[in-house]
Amino acid sequence: MQQIIYFFQKFRYFLFFLFLEFIALTFIFNNLNFHKSKLVNSTNTLTGGLFETLNNSANYFDLKSKNLSLSEENTRLRNLLAKKSTNSTIEDSVITDTTSYNQKYAYTNAKVINNNYTKAFNFLTINKGANQNISKEMAVINSKGIVGITEHVGNKYTRVQSILNKKSKINARLKNTGYFGTLSWNGENYKNVQLSDIPRQAPLNIGDTIETGGKSTIFPEGVLIGAVTNVGEKNTINNTIEVTLFNDMSNLNYVNVIKNFDKIEIQQIENNIDE
Amino acid sequence: MNKTINLIFIFISLLLLQVFVLNNINFLNTINPYLYIAFVFIYPLKENRFPFLFFNFLLGLCIDSFSDSGGIHAFSTLFIAYFRVSFVKIFFKKIPADFSFFNLKSEPFGKVFNYVVTLTVIHHFIYFCFANFSFQNLSMVFLNTLYTTIFTVILYFIGTTIFNKSQ
Repeated sequence: MQQIIYFFQKFRYFLFFLFLEFIALTFIFNNLNFHKSKLVNSTNTLTGGLFETLNNSANYFDLKSKNLSLSEENTRLRNLLAKKSTNSTIEDSVITDTTSYNQKYAYTNAKVINNNYTKAFNFLTINKGANQNISKEMAVINSKGIVGITEHVGNKYTRVQSILNKKSKINARLKNTGYFGTLSWNGENYKNVQLSDIPRQAPLNIGDTIETGGKSTIFPEGVLIGAVTNVGEKNTINNTIEVTLFNDMSNLNYVNVIKNFDKIEIQQIENNIDE
Repeated sequence: MNKTINLIFIFISLLLLQVFVLNNINFLNTINPYLYIAFVFIYPLKENRFPFLFFNFLLGLCIDSFSDSGGIHAFSTLFIAYFRVSFVKIFFKKIPADFSFFNLKSEPFGKVFNYVVTLTVIHHFIYFCFANFSFQNLSMVFLNTLYTTIFTVILYFIGTTIFNKSQ
C-alpha cells in the first residue's frame, strides 16, 4: 500500500500530464469524426458571439466588393427568370404553378463569421443555428459556387465543414457531358480541389465546368463548383482531375444554407433497398 | 496575489491576441505565428506544477475551440509545458533549489534563445503533425514547422524587448 502511495507521489505530475494529454487526444479524435464533435468547437455562445462582434466591426471594409457580388448574382437570377417565363408561356394555355406545393429546397441566408482555409481540416462558422431551423448535413453555397456542409449545430451558430477539408467528399459531374465523380481536397492549395473516379471514356478538356451532380441528398443538382485546369495522365487508378474553384474560399461573406425536404424520404427508400 | 492577477491578464491577452489577430495573418497564405506559447516561458517556475500544467492545457483548449482544431493546441502546449523543467535543467544548468530565483530576463541571450527555439520547434512540430494527420505531405509539415518557428521566435523576442524596456 505504501508503495502505491509512494508511486503516486513520485509520478503525480507525470500522471496528471498523461491524464490531460488523454483528454486532448479524445478531443482531437472526436473532432475528426463527423458526428461526434460536441464540446470543443466554435459554435458555443462565447466563441460564436465574440467572432460575430468582431465580424460586425470589420464588415464595413469590403462593402464595395460585397455589393458587386450581390448585383452580379441578381443579374444572373434575373436572366434565369427571363428564360423561365418565355418557356412556360409557349407550352400550354393553362399554367399550373407547381412551386407552391411541390417545393423541394428551402434557402436560408447566413453570414460567415469565422473562416479557415490554411489547414488540412478546415471549418467555417456561420451565424445561424438550430433556432433558425438549421440541422446537420445541409448544403452551404454562395453566389459563385459550393462552400461546404453543415456539421455541428448550436443554438445560434453552426459549424460548416468546408470543401477544403480532407474528409469532404461531394458528388460532382461535368456540366456538358454528365459524367460524374467524387470531389475531394488534397490539403495543398486552397484554390484547387480534385475530382476523382471520372470514367476514362469521358472526354475532358481544360476549362470544362464542374457542377454538383444530383446524386446526393445534400446538394441540389447543378450548383457550380469550378473549372478543369489540369487533366493529368490518363492511366492512373482513380483518374484525378485538378479543378480550380470559382469561389474564393479565402474571402467568404454571405452564404445560403439549403434544406432538402425530400431528404428523409430518399434516405428511407435507400435504406429499404439495403435490407 | 498581484502576480496571479498579472498572469491571468497575460493569459487572456495572449488568447485574444492569438485568436483575433495572429490567426488571421496567413502570411504567404499558410503561415500563422503561434505566439500564445509565450505563456509557457513567462509562467514562473514553482514547486507545485499542477496549476501550471492545468492553465497551459486550458489556454490550448480555448485556442482550439476558437480555431476548430479539436485538441491539437492543448496537446502540444501541454507537452512543452511538462518538459519545460527538463529543458531549464539542460540549458541553464539549474538545480531545483535555484528554481524560485530563476528568471529569463537575467539569463544570457544565447541560452534563452536556444531554450525558446527548442521548445517552439517541439510545439510546432507536434501541432503540424496532428493538423496534417496523415503520412502524406510530410514535407509540408517540416516546412511549416520551420517557417512558423522563425515567425514565432522573432515575434517573441520583439515582444520581450518591448515589454522589458517599458518596465
